[in-house]
Amino acid sequence: MIDGVWRMGVAMRFFMLTLLHSGICLRRPQLVIREIFTAGVLSLIIIVVSGLFVGMVLGLQGYETLQTYGSEEALGVLVALSLVRELGPVVAALLFASRAGSAITAEIGLMGATEQIAAMEMMAVDPVARVVAPRFWGAVISMPLLAALFSAMGIFGGYLVGVVLIGVDDGSFWSQMQAAVDFRDDILNGVIKSVVFGVAVTVIALFEGYDAPPTAEGVSRATTRTVVTSSLAILALDFVLTAFMFRGV
Amino acid sequence: MHDNLVEIQGLHFAYGRRPVLKGINLTARRGQVVAIMGNSGCGKTTLFRVIGGAVRATQGSVRVDGVDMVGIDQEGLYKLRRRMGMLFQFGALFTDISVFDNVAFQLREHTDLPEDMIRDLVLMKLNAVGLRGAQDLMPSELSGGMARRVALARAIALDPMLILYDEPFAGLDPISLGVTGNLIRRLTDTLGLTSIVVTHDVQESLKMVDYVYFLSEGVVEAEGTPAEIKASGLPFVHQFVHGEEEGPVPFHYPAEPYAATLGLNHA
Repeated sequence: MIDGVWRMGVAMRFFMLTLLHSGICLRRPQLVIREIFTAGVLSLIIIVVSGLFVGMVLGLQGYETLQTYGSEEALGVLVALSLVRELGPVVAALLFASRAGSAITAEIGLMGATEQIAAMEMMAVDPVARVVAPRFWGAVISMPLLAALFSAMGIFGGYLVGVVLIGVDDGSFWSQMQAAVDFRDDILNGVIKSVVFGVAVTVIALFEGYDAPPTAEGVSRATTRTVVTSSLAILALDFVLTAFMFRGV
Repeated sequence: MHDNLVEIQGLHFAYGRRPVLKGINLTARRGQVVAIMGNSGCGKTTLFRVIGGAVRATQGSVRVDGVDMVGIDQEGLYKLRRRMGMLFQFGALFTDISVFDNVAFQLREHTDLPEDMIRDLVLMKLNAVGLRGAQDLMPSELSGGMARRVALARAIALDPMLILYDEPFAGLDPISLGVTGNLIRRLTDTLGLTSIVVTHDVQESLKMVDYVYFLSEGVVEAEGTPAEIKASGLPFVHQFVHGEEEGPVPFHYPAEPYAATLGLNHA
């Protein structure tokens, strides 16, 4: 228990150090762009495909339930709100943790194990500024974009199943969605969620990698811990954020 | 300008309560290749880390180019390290960028040189280690000996005053071994560097170094020029140079008597 709290403290200090050394990302934006490619662009496939399927399942299940009450025109609203408020940020973040988070941990852990971090320090290059900070910003910028893409693909999946396959009315699907989804309450809150998840996942992944013992076992354990810890963190943070954002709605 | 680039006096260092270095005196003059030898776990890598500023001495003084390494701050340390190169045991090349980019790394990080000048400098450094033709390869495509030569080219990229070599001969075939040894000597002489080599490859090192320090259990057991070391009558040095199994360094890890372990005392 004490160990856990102590580790959280060290991770927080590491986070602060990362922010403090982020100046390099403004001076050399190409470093961040490279990381947006590794963390964001390379995660596109899994995000797009998962989003599509989650949306299709929502379409099927939603239609089944709504049909009982004769309100299948509200399918668009159901799909869009579920995705934008919850499933988009949460599922995209979970996928992001296992796809990009684990890769970040493994890469930095192995850099440590093969003395690349030590070599960088010996070359008078601060590894927190050169390695950690660009990855942090690259991942944090990618996360909300991926979550938005996930939601968009999900809505498209819901449309495919609901409208194209089952035959829900096209006009009411979109117009009800347009009327019910609020920009500030729903979309903006979803974006805030995905930014918070992005920061949490990335800090955990970077810290675990940087802190990993320089052995094969150490790196593999750190990678596992990244996925487990960030998944739990995402779900816990989601509850807290939802409680604050949608309590009065 | 000091004649001695590295000066260490009465250096003590401990990991927690475990003392590793116990009163080391060592000097490396400019232009010399100095070897630090000793058996595994004698503290030679730690001594290296102290010289590179990765860890601080608990006691004693360490000066590199007249700069006190014990009380130095982060900024001063980074400034000094720009004039130091280090060759890690397995090269420690950045695996995600090419050979060319590895050698160019420090030039791009620390200078504002235009890209075509960086290209010329990198190719010059790669040429010095004989690997100009390998500039487009990735580190994973190199053999162990080649990786170490690329790392050497990277270490000399900013024309340092001092290069630290951590076990440069470990795991190399005889040809690469000779090549690496000659390179260290040649680069030291032509670039006017000072080199400190941590190694336990006695035969290869004695061929090319100017001065040798023998470390055992955290103290300097013997020191001298290669000729003096070869002629040394000290039992430890004799055992080390000739690779004998028994001597001051025992073959057996401390244990209770063999007969007692096997339970033969009761018979």
